[in-house]
Amino acid sequence: MNSQALQFCAELAQKTRIHCLKMVNKGKSGHIGSMLSMADMLPVIYTQILNVDPKDPKKADRDRFILSKGHGGAALLSVLAELGFFPLDWLDQYYCDNGKLSGHISHHIPGVEFSTGSLGHGLPVACGMAMAAKQAGKKHRIFCLSSDGDLNEGSSWEAIMLAGQHHYDNLIMLVDYNRLQALGKSKDIIDLESLSEKLKLFGWAVREADGHDQMAVYESLRDLPLVNGKPTAVIYHTVKGKGVSFMENEYKWHYGGLTDELLAEALKEVEAAK
Amino acid sequence: MRKAFNKELLEIAKKDPRVFMILADIGYGEIEDFANTFPDRFINCGVAEQNMTGVACGVAMEGNIAITYSIANFPTLRCLEQVRNDVCYHNANVKIIIIGGGMAYGELGISHHSTEDIAIMRSLPNMVVLAPCDIPEAVALTREMMKYEGPVYFRCGYKGEPDIHSGPIEAKIGGSAQIRDGKDATVFFAGTVGINAKKAVEQLAAEGINCRLVSLYSIKPIDKEAIIRAAKETGGIVVLEEHNIDGGVGSAVAEVLMDSGNGNVPFKRLAMPDVNATKVGCQAWMREQYGLGTADVINAVKNMVK
Repeated sequence: MNSQALQFCAELAQKTRIHCLKMVNKGKSGHIGSMLSMADMLPVIYTQILNVDPKDPKKADRDRFILSKGHGGAALLSVLAELGFFPLDWLDQYYCDNGKLSGHISHHIPGVEFSTGSLGHGLPVACGMAMAAKQAGKKHRIFCLSSDGDLNEGSSWEAIMLAGQHHYDNLIMLVDYNRLQALGKSKDIIDLESLSEKLKLFGWAVREADGHDQMAVYESLRDLPLVNGKPTAVIYHTVKGKGVSFMENEYKWHYGGLTDELLAEALKEVEAAK
Repeated sequence: MRKAFNKELLEIAKKDPRVFMILADIGYGEIEDFANTFPDRFINCGVAEQNMTGVACGVAMEGNIAITYSIANFPTLRCLEQVRNDVCYHNANVKIIIIGGGMAYGELGISHHSTEDIAIMRSLPNMVVLAPCDIPEAVALTREMMKYEGPVYFRCGYKGEPDIHSGPIEAKIGGSAQIRDGKDATVFFAGTVGINAKKAVEQLAAEGINCRLVSLYSIKPIDKEAIIRAAKETGGIVVLEEHNIDGGVGSAVAEVLMDSGNGNVPFKRLAMPDVNATKVGCQAWMREQYGLGTADVINAVKNMVK
């Protein structure tokens, strides 16, 4: 990734944060912490890694990207809008009556591969896509972005076991690993540690990276699969609420609403981070 | 019936390379031919029905037809949210097959009784609900199901069920099958419990009470026209089903009658009472115990026509 691309990704991450803050404030919705947590990785994934085309969102050989942590959907929607999958002004119609965009992502929106919202649904579907692509000899890859909470679900681990068993090396699980979930620290609720070791024992090739260092995100995904014959997992160490100091590492921003005053404070900080 | 289903599916899969079978470690003695013939279109997900259903959805979204197949409630209630959010919301081409609708696994107990499935499956948008009563219907409906693009729930029987039809039939989604005609009353049924309706109607005929007998093998969409016609042309309607009385085929027929302004027709549902079935016994015995026997149908009709 050259410096120009890196600059573009940094600006896209900043725009994504601004969109999300405004959308959550206007919609009086939640999950801003979860959105900001993945705001740096999504621009890199969508502009540098995935084979996707905003002008042809359903092209047959596209890489599939499933956001299993669908509650953070506004971040993905912001990236898709900025890249031209659908008009930017749709973002003004988020979480409102007669709105275009629901709080959890829907496949009715161009560029959204799969609807999620209830956790534990992404990885099984990604496994099915991986199986079918392999059977048909197709070369597209299947990415699934998971999270601490998503990995509490038994169905996620059913899929993790299956992917290891069947060597789906066209499947890439990304983990937005901010170590917080709805009601507190993951360590105090369901401690996933050592996630890396667990996934290795289940037959996955595992890499870890800083999910807010965009060059590191790029480097983590440029040589897929990590190991031929194994599904790939990349665990991104992230900070819930990243970019807004009063939200960072505070689990209350899983749900917390954003008042006009707090929005102004947050925007000031994000905009100053240029 | 499961053998007839698997045989028909295998024949279809030989001609259509889009057919995949996605299992959760159920199907011993039945699925091996498919697995051996099409190893690259077969996967056993292990005892993991949520994953089975999600995988099937992913396989279907890549342009295929995915079959999930298991006993009783395992591919429906165990993974209901995957059926709702993944399969139905995405209108994915997934066919959910259960073996042993109703109390086919009677002696195994309530975990293996599928007696709320129709109410739940028919409430899901995009879902087609089919319940063949015998092998001719199972074969015809398997063909129709595989031609249809979208989610289908197929409530298959188990084994050794007697035929109700006298030979092969044509069936269609949204259709029904009239087995005999009569004016005194109509007995509707769905599924293999229909054998009790057939025996009852034959006995009633011997006593001079002539009933129309109709298999409502397509529960959603349901054959509204056949139901309304029965209300107008016959003296009353009895509905027999092997399902909880709430929300099943009887409820679906009642909805059609009320919505069409035919709510005044004499009407009786014969279904499982709203209890957990704690008695232990085979399917035929359990049917008698819970009000679904031949005598129950005869009594219901006689009470209606007297």
